[in-house]
Amino acid sequence: MADLNINFAGIKSPNPFWLASAPPTNMGPMIERAFDAGWGGAVWKTLGEPITNVSSRLASLDQGALRMIGLNNIELITDRPLEVNLKEVYECKKKYPKHAVIVSLMVESKREAWQEIVKKSQDTGCDGFELNFGCPHGMSERGMGAAMGQVPEYTCMVTEWVKEVSNLPVIVKLTPNVTHIVPPGHAAQKGGADAVSLINTINSVMGVDIDTMIPYPNVNGMAAHGGYCGTAVKPIALNMVSELARDPEFNIPISGIGGINNWRDAVEFLLLGAGNVQVCTAVMHYGYRIVEDMIDGLNNYLDEKGFASVNHIIGKSVERVTDWGNLDLNYDVKAQVNNEHCIRCNLCYIACEDGAHQSFRFHEVDGKRYPYVLDEECVGCNLCALVCPSPGAITMKRVDAGGPSESWRDRTSGK
Amino acid sequence: MAEQFCTPLNLDQIERNFAEINPAMSSPEALVEANRCLYCYDAPCMHACPTHIDVPGFIKKIASGNLIGSARVIFDANPIGATCARVCPVEVLCEGACVEKTLLQKPIEIGRLQRYATDHALTSDKQIFTKGESNGKSVGIVGSGPAGLSCASYLARLGYDVTVYEQKEKAGGLDTYGMAEYKMPQSVSLSEVERIAAMGVKFVLNTRVGSESHTPSEIAAEVAPAIQNPKSKIQNGIGSPPSEGGVDAVSADGVVLSSAAGQTVSFSDLDSWHDAIFLGVGLGETNRLGIPGEDSDGVYDALAFIEKIKTREWKSVPLGKTVAVIGAGNTAIDAVTQAKRLGAEKVVMVYRRTEKDASAYAYEMELARKDGVEFAWQAAPVGILAGENGSRLSLRCERTDGSLELFDIPCDMIIKAVGQQKMRGFFESVAGVSIDEKGRVVVNENLQTSNPKIFSGGDCANGGAEAVDAAQMGKLAARGIHFSLSGENVAFAGIIYPKIFSGGDCANGGAEAVDAAQMGKLAARGIHFSLSGENVAFAGII
Repeated sequence: MADLNINFAGIKSPNPFWLASAPPTNMGPMIERAFDAGWGGAVWKTLGEPITNVSSRLASLDQGALRMIGLNNIELITDRPLEVNLKEVYECKKKYPKHAVIVSLMVESKREAWQEIVKKSQDTGCDGFELNFGCPHGMSERGMGAAMGQVPEYTCMVTEWVKEVSNLPVIVKLTPNVTHIVPPGHAAQKGGADAVSLINTINSVMGVDIDTMIPYPNVNGMAAHGGYCGTAVKPIALNMVSELARDPEFNIPISGIGGINNWRDAVEFLLLGAGNVQVCTAVMHYGYRIVEDMIDGLNNYLDEKGFASVNHIIGKSVERVTDWGNLDLNYDVKAQVNNEHCIRCNLCYIACEDGAHQSFRFHEVDGKRYPYVLDEECVGCNLCALVCPSPGAITMKRVDAGGPSESWRDRTSGK
Repeated sequence: MAEQFCTPLNLDQIERNFAEINPAMSSPEALVEANRCLYCYDAPCMHACPTHIDVPGFIKKIASGNLIGSARVIFDANPIGATCARVCPVEVLCEGACVEKTLLQKPIEIGRLQRYATDHALTSDKQIFTKGESNGKSVGIVGSGPAGLSCASYLARLGYDVTVYEQKEKAGGLDTYGMAEYKMPQSVSLSEVERIAAMGVKFVLNTRVGSESHTPSEIAAEVAPAIQNPKSKIQNGIGSPPSEGGVDAVSADGVVLSSAAGQTVSFSDLDSWHDAIFLGVGLGETNRLGIPGEDSDGVYDALAFIEKIKTREWKSVPLGKTVAVIGAGNTAIDAVTQAKRLGAEKVVMVYRRTEKDASAYAYEMELARKDGVEFAWQAAPVGILAGENGSRLSLRCERTDGSLELFDIPCDMIIKAVGQQKMRGFFESVAGVSIDEKGRVVVNENLQTSNPKIFSGGDCANGGAEAVDAAQMGKLAARGIHFSLSGENVAFAGIIYPKIFSGGDCANGGAEAVDAAQMGKLAARGIHFSLSGENVAFAGII
């Protein structure tokens, strides 16, 4: 059994799986239930001035019969009184001293307001703070959430205010609703943040009811844009995590968030530089119980790969991410159809014919018609292998001689 | 005659036994299944379907929630798509070819998805296909089974005035009268007929087409003007006021003529009324066994037995406590399973050859086995005797395993399911078209018979196959008729042209050099059409 304990920016937890600040961390009884299920930590639903929510507030992106591959919400921060939440944080931490309890905060952009809530919260025994500079809906219209995170100067300033009074680690939660994630990351670091977490949710309109013509989620005939999360956002999150992880100027820990459903997703985040992961949508879909396989699967993976601790895989893939201009132009792969695995659905053929480089043809083998690839036409794009439903039917085979590599940078720098 | 035995079961039990074996899909089930489809390109299922329905196309429309569009794709290639969804041997056709069967051993449930989409269309107000602008030409169709319905539907779409002559009181042929009740109730077939009637196709029911030189004047007076003037609406009954029974397929735009009792119209009048004629008359009487006692009370014909069940008047269906069914084809299966489901205590399938020689599909045989049917293989019936010890009959059989041993099967009812005769007499002396040595109407690739005005398809031309095969032949015949009358070649959905052509002695079994020369010419035209879509008229192609 590998060691799953982590120390994230000074916050210890028995495993790297935390619940993100969201409905699953609404209150003490829920978080205690989550810890019983195996979660290593939880970031409390954002505390601040209690708000009034609307009904309804969630909407889902379905793919065919698959439910909720994306979720959007227009829920705001906690609607419970601060004192009630703080009391529960205290009780929870007392009952679960080895688990990480992080308090998420969001108040109006005033030094006194931030410092007051930090002071009130840190006596609860919580392990750290997460500053919510990320929510893209509702709160941002009041100058909070993403309105902070989208302006690096504000991010830095508020982080500094918090750090002036906090005696606990401070994580700054970043919004993905920016053109480039690195400047906000730098701003948080400059403000003294101990870590960042990302991504928060993405601006989204989930869809429109084509019968009533009212977009989702319908609030008495009207809708507003919401925050998008779930499986569908994972690639965006991975990009932003890796952008910060590979930035030489950025050197504080990253808590990875966005579309994590299982241990595999978590491993990908860890490999790209996250020091732990936070999960929300998958729990909202299936409940806290999913953490059991996350722990079990991660353990088996680490054992199989020979890693004694989960910490040993953090950032392992970061150096494998580079700019396009550094990629080897001489590397060459071509698709190859393996008839013994081919089920003759011809999806490779039509995908290439209409969506790539028209490099497929048909031929007859043992009385059956199989697709095959014209090497001279194939550019090695992967599309056929991606659409192929039968494992092993298409392999991308390396065909270059393995000679010296040459990147676009090499070529244009005259080397 | 002994008192007629009938089902001993109560109504609830019978209804359970005859409930559709492949139930309708719920919408969540259909959505999951439709999304499982890979959407293959140039899909094997489409090739495996005799009517070449764009299966992935209609399934993706189910997935997108476009059910009317889905049904349109189906009916476009197969006007009896709702019937075929239930009765097609999908295991050996579309589902047998499904790549998901290769990948997962679990093909997409194409038949049930097809049912889901077509049920939606048949219960909606939307009429998917309508009659094309009238082209002033008229086609008479003899027989309203799958071939005739299909042909009528395509011709109506092209603007023909189509009249279908049917000797039974309901249209649909075997779709209506010959499908095992647990596969499909009559209402499905009748609603397809109704949709075709709503395309302006006239159905003249209870009307036989015969060799008489004249149609009785009162019938001619009613039928002929109706045919010549498609706007005239004559309802239910020739020369009689509208009555209740007899008309099951009237819709707002359709005209159904139905004489109260059986009438005959003469083929020569049909010939004079119509610009072309399509013969889709199917097969004739059940073959005779030619054994002593064959005409005894208690000996029935499988098709008549099945037809009786279709009435759902359960108590009036003849049944024995012990039933022997002679034959091992798919009709024999329908007879044994339904006899069992009606409550026969013992049902024995009797076949002169071995199990592996049986022509029934394996999954059909499996169904019979599950229904508790017993089998007597290598048992050739040689006589039907009076029964002993309480049995009404005794079926004497001879072992064909070489022993020639004789043995008797005591039973109360014998059902013959040994294939049907060809209607040689009709073709030779009524319609006057050539038949081959097996009694099948000889047709070319346009489904044109030896008489260029007469076309044919379905069981009477292919010797007996599935409803879906007949539907395809009806479609090809409609194309052939249109080409013959207009010179234009239409491309209906699901007409796939062959790549390999043949002609001469190897194709006609040996004839004159001049016949081979003609076939070569026809093949050249076929090849050119298949490759270019253009139809050339070489000299001597009628």
